[in-house]
Amino acid sequence: MKLILVLCLSLFALTSQAVVDGHKYPFDNDVDKKRFEVLAEELRCPKCQNQNLADSSAPIAKDLRDKVYELMIEGQTDDEIVGYLVDRYGDFVRYNPPVQKNTFFLWFAPGIMVFIALIIIISITRGGKKSEPLSDEEKVKLAELKTARSEKRDS
Amino acid sequence: MNRILLFIPLIIFMVMAAFLGGGIGREDKEVLPSPLINKPFPKFILQQVEAEKQLTQSDLQGKPMLVNVWATWCPTCKAEHEFLNTLAAEGVRIIGINYKDDDEEAKVWLRDFGNPYEFNISDPQGKLGLELGVYGAPETFFVDGDGIIRAKHVGDLNQRVWQKYKAIFEQLKTHVEPINTVEPKKLVDGDSQ
Repeated sequence: MKLILVLCLSLFALTSQAVVDGHKYPFDNDVDKKRFEVLAEELRCPKCQNQNLADSSAPIAKDLRDKVYELMIEGQTDDEIVGYLVDRYGDFVRYNPPVQKNTFFLWFAPGIMVFIALIIIISITRGGKKSEPLSDEEKVKLAELKTARSEKRDS
Repeated sequence: MNRILLFIPLIIFMVMAAFLGGGIGREDKEVLPSPLINKPFPKFILQQVEAEKQLTQSDLQGKPMLVNVWATWCPTCKAEHEFLNTLAAEGVRIIGINYKDDDEEAKVWLRDFGNPYEFNISDPQGKLGLELGVYGAPETFFVDGDGIIRAKHVGDLNQRVWQKYKAIFEQLKTHVEPINTVEPKKLVDGDSQ
């Protein structure tokens, strides 16, 4: 059972690498190789929008991978390469979008929601614990109820 | 009173369901806003399909035009071709970019189906397409007389779509102010290339 699970999970690990490995992008050092892999995973395919450049086998994704490779070989930095694609395809190509006016909600909504949830939780837990000691009158009533109950059980 | 408060989560749920549910129908994954709107047409040096002539971005000036990205491998391009013929007959200036295609096949296509294009730019490797952020033919750019891209349409042009773009195109002729980015409605999807 465990073996099957491990095998299934390993399939997932392979998919994102499959396409990048399928097309050879030779680098003479591991740093650049890693950079290329990270870029291909952070950039989104504009045609098949739920895949990144590394995953997608669409021709446009291959064109963009080739371009990223070409720009890297030219010696451009990661920011320059991402900027190049954003200038042509828009912020859409980034899976890691910049913080700006129209992405404010995207970035901060989760934090805001957690904050609101915390306030609600605190107010609920505090509000419920306000118990005061019983008054004499209530003590008498409690005793009465207890005796009534035990009598009921005895009978 | 407390009982009423119990309904708050339900109300929040219903409001969110209505909000998110409303978004499902409106979602249009095919149309991405182009960052090239109100920017000059990108620089290029490419051959013309029909003749031994070198073309550059300066050939895309003078009279406002549609720059149509097409290919013979693209079924939707075939679907819109007849409408482009109609537009050309009405005097709309149309320039073609033959995108990731074969010049000879393109010539056969133009001979068989009519040629609405003033001229065609040959882009066999899709380099100009990449500069333009093309992600699926057909795509059409609205370029004014100064060579500035003013609008973009992804998918085929047809009578229904043109109703909306006609005014934009007319405006190009008398352009002074930049036209706002248009938000095309759901249309026939462009073919993946």
